[in-house]
Amino acid sequence: MSPTTVGDPLLNIAIFAAFVAITLVIVLRASRNNKTAADYYAAGRSFTGPQNGTAIAGDYLSAASFLGIAGAIAINGYDGFLYSIGFLVAWLVALLLVAELLRNTGKFTMADVLSFRLKERPVRMAAAISTLAVCFFYLLAQMAGAGGLVALLLGVTDKVGQGIVIAIVGAIMIVYVLVGGMKGTTWVQIVKAALLIIGAGIMTIWVLALFGFNLSELLGAAQANAPEGKDVLAPGAQYGLSDITRVDFLSLALALVLGTAGLPHVLMRFYTVPTAKEARKSVVWAIWAIGIFYLFTLVLGYGAGALVGPDAILAAPGGVNSAAPLLAFELGGTVLLGIISAVAFATILAVVAGLTITAATSFAHDIYANVIKKGQVAPNGEVKTARITVVVIGILAILGGILAQGQNVAFLVALAFAIAASANLPTIIYSLFWKKFSTRGALWSMYGGLGIAVFLIVFSPVVSGAPINEATGLSTSMIQGVDFHWFPLNNPGIISIPAGFLLGWLGTITSSRREDPAVAAEMEVRSLTGYGAEGATKH
Amino acid sequence: MEPRTSAYLETEASPQFKELKRRHRSFVLPVAALFLVWYFVYVLLADFAHDFMATPVFGNVNVGLLFGLGQFVTTFAITTWYVWYANRRLDPIADEIRGELEAKEVAS
Repeated sequence: MSPTTVGDPLLNIAIFAAFVAITLVIVLRASRNNKTAADYYAAGRSFTGPQNGTAIAGDYLSAASFLGIAGAIAINGYDGFLYSIGFLVAWLVALLLVAELLRNTGKFTMADVLSFRLKERPVRMAAAISTLAVCFFYLLAQMAGAGGLVALLLGVTDKVGQGIVIAIVGAIMIVYVLVGGMKGTTWVQIVKAALLIIGAGIMTIWVLALFGFNLSELLGAAQANAPEGKDVLAPGAQYGLSDITRVDFLSLALALVLGTAGLPHVLMRFYTVPTAKEARKSVVWAIWAIGIFYLFTLVLGYGAGALVGPDAILAAPGGVNSAAPLLAFELGGTVLLGIISAVAFATILAVVAGLTITAATSFAHDIYANVIKKGQVAPNGEVKTARITVVVIGILAILGGILAQGQNVAFLVALAFAIAASANLPTIIYSLFWKKFSTRGALWSMYGGLGIAVFLIVFSPVVSGAPINEATGLSTSMIQGVDFHWFPLNNPGIISIPAGFLLGWLGTITSSRREDPAVAAEMEVRSLTGYGAEGATKH
Repeated sequence: MEPRTSAYLETEASPQFKELKRRHRSFVLPVAALFLVWYFVYVLLADFAHDFMATPVFGNVNVGLLFGLGQFVTTFAITTWYVWYANRRLDPIADEIRGELEAKEVAS
């Protein structure tokens, strides 16, 4: 079996095309009521909690978390599982501290909440910049990841062919977001999340059935297939190599658990429901969907380790990422592989669409309408700007995706989480829970958190100076052949997150400007009672 | 029509609102601290106590796997607990205050 000919690329493409056709019809139907900014950015606030919760799961379960985590468990066992736990527990921060208060005080973006009682223009600008930074890194990672997926699933291995596929995926995404706005994007997420969870669920039951529904036996089979001396059932195979990798994992764990509730595309989803109570329901629904999905990946990962084997997975064109598709082929042949491949593609499409509409909203609503035009825009002007921004971001994402092909992109997602946790979360928490929090505190925390995270990444081994891998002759760093790194960790979270919190506190206690107590009272009353929050649009 | 800003200051100072704020914070802050501590205890054990986590419990299932699945169980449990608490202890009082503010709005 030559690794490039697993499955039938034509079948994969056909199933994916069917997905695109069906979702396109849904998007077109959904777009009929896209009139106002609330329609375009927040889907008229008309989704129910369960619908929005499913869409949140769709946004969150990116290709990295589906293919990446299943692959990591298949190769490194327990450490891949450890990774998924951080992604899940993080949702409790969103549920308890952020979702409802945010829904009650904002309209479209994170900046609405942060600038509620602080000096509007500088705070809005800072929040928009950090939103765009997170979206940019996350988007680039998804688009670059698409190249690898194309190689694996469609058998397209040359760079030009992959570039064409990335451009097609990007173009479809632009159409979705341009036409469908938030409503169309949300429906794409819902369809994709349902397919992904059902697909993974069927495979999970299938794998368990092969082992007589005995988890212990599955674990034993995975361990028996692992390389000599590697314990895949206990932690340490990946992160336990040295003290540096251990601290690095701690840093990553911190960024994962605190970053989720600061991801702008997740925060924006809370505005698509009519009330805070529905926002709460969405998070609850998302927690169950995401949690159950990660339990599935545990079985799928060990199942791939046991049934396909680590050697065959690493030898496939997609490397670690090919564990889930290869397992699908092993179980259900070309048809199941085709379905899983199409779902993986749909995943990239949906996540990219969600990020694009978030970035476009932040640019049009925060930077264009409120900072540049100072709120003086024609009724249609803001949405028009958002649509133009969608096209620009889409083209940038396609170009970035083509240029970033073959690069080490895993760190981009980790960086997005680290920025979200260091620049966004401290200001969100402070402004919702600390009445004395000041404009200076917000600016120091956002710019400081963002700056420190990016600065440390530039001088870390992900950019230069990682040891050369003997098998490939290449370093895992982004830039080959030079070494200017002095920061030993791959993830800056352990420094930049406490720094973000500290700067917010320091900026506040040194600030002489007193914020208006009446506006602070208004924000507090509204955040807890939901008074004055915008409800669903009526058509 | 938005109510005058003094309405917000009045509401904020009212015993009813103070009670809502107390109930909200006295739940979310300690529970958030609790699950974060439990998560980091787990991460530190997985990171630095490999042998302990590799201790077999039954069959091929070890302490580490049970602790990891325990994180799922506590996450689901806290979610359910919070929803129960919010529905019974937060929503009624928040609805009442919102109703009063809306009534004032109509009156003005």
